[in-house]
Amino acid sequence: MTIRMDRRAFLKASGALGTTLVVGFGTGGKLAIADNHHAADLNAFVSIADDDSVTVIVKHFEMGQGTATGLSTLVAEEMDVPWDSVKVRFAPSNNDLYKNLAFGGQGTGGSTAIANSWEQYRIAGAGAREVLIKAAAQLWDIDAKEVVIEDGMVKSGNKTVGIGGLVSIAAGLQAPEKPTLKDPSQYKLIGNNKLPRKDSAAKTTGKATFAMDVKVPNMVYAMVLRAPKFGGILKSFDAAGAAEVKGFIEAKAMPNNAGVAVFADSTWAAIKARRLITAQWDDSAADGRGSDARNAEMMAMLDADPVYDATGNGEAGITGKSVEADFMFPLLAHAPMEPLNCVIEPTENGVRVHDGTQFHMITHPTLAAVLQLAPENIEIVTYYAGGSFGRRANPTSDYHVEAALAYLLMGGQKAVKLVWTREDDLAGGYYRPQVAHRAQIGVGDDGKISGWKHRTAAQSIAKGTALEGMLVHNGIDHFSIEGIADTPYGIDNMSVGLTDFESPMPVLWWRSVGHSHSGYVMEVLMDMAAEAAAADPVAFRLAHLDESDANQARFAGVLKLAAEQSGWGTAIPKGRGRGVAVHKSFNSYVALVTDVSVNADGAISIDKITCAVDCGIAVNPDVVHAQMEGGIGYGLGAVMRNQITLTDGVVDQMNFPQYQPLRISDMPDISVHIVPSELAPTGVGEPGLPPAGPSLANAIFSATGQRVTSLPLDANGVKFA
Amino acid sequence: MAISVNINGETRDIESEGDTPLLWVIRDELNLTGTKFGCGVASCGSCTVHVNGKPQRSCVTPVMAVEGQEVTTIEAVESAEAKAVQEAWQELDVVQCGYCQSGQIMSAIGLLQENSKPTDTDINSYMQGNACRCATYQRIKAAIHLAATKLEA
Repeated sequence: MTIRMDRRAFLKASGALGTTLVVGFGTGGKLAIADNHHAADLNAFVSIADDDSVTVIVKHFEMGQGTATGLSTLVAEEMDVPWDSVKVRFAPSNNDLYKNLAFGGQGTGGSTAIANSWEQYRIAGAGAREVLIKAAAQLWDIDAKEVVIEDGMVKSGNKTVGIGGLVSIAAGLQAPEKPTLKDPSQYKLIGNNKLPRKDSAAKTTGKATFAMDVKVPNMVYAMVLRAPKFGGILKSFDAAGAAEVKGFIEAKAMPNNAGVAVFADSTWAAIKARRLITAQWDDSAADGRGSDARNAEMMAMLDADPVYDATGNGEAGITGKSVEADFMFPLLAHAPMEPLNCVIEPTENGVRVHDGTQFHMITHPTLAAVLQLAPENIEIVTYYAGGSFGRRANPTSDYHVEAALAYLLMGGQKAVKLVWTREDDLAGGYYRPQVAHRAQIGVGDDGKISGWKHRTAAQSIAKGTALEGMLVHNGIDHFSIEGIADTPYGIDNMSVGLTDFESPMPVLWWRSVGHSHSGYVMEVLMDMAAEAAAADPVAFRLAHLDESDANQARFAGVLKLAAEQSGWGTAIPKGRGRGVAVHKSFNSYVALVTDVSVNADGAISIDKITCAVDCGIAVNPDVVHAQMEGGIGYGLGAVMRNQITLTDGVVDQMNFPQYQPLRISDMPDISVHIVPSELAPTGVGEPGLPPAGPSLANAIFSATGQRVTSLPLDANGVKFA
Repeated sequence: MAISVNINGETRDIESEGDTPLLWVIRDELNLTGTKFGCGVASCGSCTVHVNGKPQRSCVTPVMAVEGQEVTTIEAVESAEAKAVQEAWQELDVVQCGYCQSGQIMSAIGLLQENSKPTDTDINSYMQGNACRCATYQRIKAAIHLAATKLEA
């Protein structure tokens, strides 16, 4: 797909009114420079204005993970410009120019933003520095070797000029073919713990704009009354009751009969009107199963032979003491703080979409197909997103499609703002799939695992989507079993079998995807196996790691660091417990030690968590800390008490009171320790989550002797203070 | 007759109907979008504003209930407590996605106005109704302590 839209306007806007120097990559990925009037075929990454300011064009969206800060750091480091002079601008939707190099299309996810941008953004910054130095050399008629940039000032002897003063000369020069990147020993910003986030000021004064805040002229508000059961289809509806609502405009059946679109002149009028509309649904193809039926079916799948064999067969290895356990993981909603929404407004040739867009590569062509517009006539403006946790990265672009259908229902003449409520969000599907696991593990006389037979039943995330070809191999959706079959532990004789659970209910990746359950399964089982071997949990894990292997050495490294920092091995007072878990995901390694206490009523408090992370070079150590804190917190809240349940196919949880988020009083004291590294950076947005649940579960076992293998914990016998 | 409310120091005649939650009046009618919609049932605190100087959930407050009263939103807070809280939030880089933070800050200002030296327990109890899905709680707590220190100085 090629999109060429409004690039001149965009680049002009990036540099205000005057001439700016634009540094990016031309055809064939070669570094290129131009002034803003001649940069049409260039994917700009850096724009330097004559007021000395630098704008970094950020190809990833910002949902809180710190990407705007991270990508800016890479550029500012190589350019040697002051941090305060760096501004951030989100890239337009252009799959060719702004692709995620890990995906091959424009999108954010899989904790890849820094990892895939690491070379690209540093090269852009270093290229900008070299061309500015050449420009100064030309200005002063001296050798470029005599020119340096320090803190945004270009200097040679007693001559100095700001980078903005070199923009015109630099724009006429050739881009360096291979700019020299700094040696890590020269870094001032990368690895600097004191760099303020780029979005802090706007987000603490109410000035940051989210898509929910967008209001354009001639705009109506839309909400959709959706089928109560997944797979239900609209038969008929009666909107007579809504007529009395001031501001109600009209209600129309969605063209795909997925529901009733309700239009009004304010959000509140749409909410009120929708409550007064009744609808009849054809549930003949709907999923009417309740949670009990679903649980029973998934357990029956574990009893039967698996449909897919994900690895070889290790059954023969199960000798010695045997550890067996069944696990059940509930459906989970992402529940980002900003409910889903999107604005589509008409433009001269097409539409402009205002959205916290996560997957441009899917959303852009999907909207083109639904609206029957050429892609170049769709402009997507990306805003800060009020969280996502995976929800906005949707292979079907579900809420964008809804907005587009609503836009068409208004005849394409009015701007339409589609808004979901929290109730819509919790009942709206695209959940973390429900997953069942069963494992049988043998522990030999040598105290080591002799065999591991593992069975999983899960609804596939990737099957039936546009991404199936890329993500499903030999029938196996890797998201269902990741973190198990590819565990860094050296386990001989492991067999993993998989059966797909089928439902019309849509499921989706949820922060850390398959690792959100496999981390729990693996690390609770390792604890159980250690118990069977009468071994210390840390020592038992280390005994299954060969540190001559680089991957296993890093895994062992975080485990040892967390143990050391947490005081592992020191006596645990009565009424307290300590648990450990370590997991690799998104090419990063995280180990946690969790300390809990039990009060007189037997209720658990999570006191502190010690975290060790190896994510390669920590570009922004404070962002790494924040992502560990956030990933752990998000994981804890879910395992403590979150689940989506169904009664006759209808979701039971209405709003936050029935789907309680982690609260401030639940949050333990978390200390984060980063393993020093010179390896390329890897993910941080997700890897903190997988070990959070099992380290808590193992701590609860340590305190109470209670093993919990079905989640959430509070629905399975654990009381929290 | 139009309802009249003092918003951010200015008396405004409200066109919305009296049962409209203050949140939607602020956002849709008055275009002050710093106050956020998160749940609509006073369960997340994203919509927190000050009514006569005290934190209140605007999503369940009908606009007629604040007739003639003083409403302050994140855009216009300027007390010593407000400045200290915003500075502390920025110094400690509390925010992640940022969507709940207007509400967190409005609550934190309310806490410090009532209690200039809150303990961890005080903070937990006062801030319990402000949800943050990014789980920035540890920094929120630290920032409130930092703001208290700033106010003392």
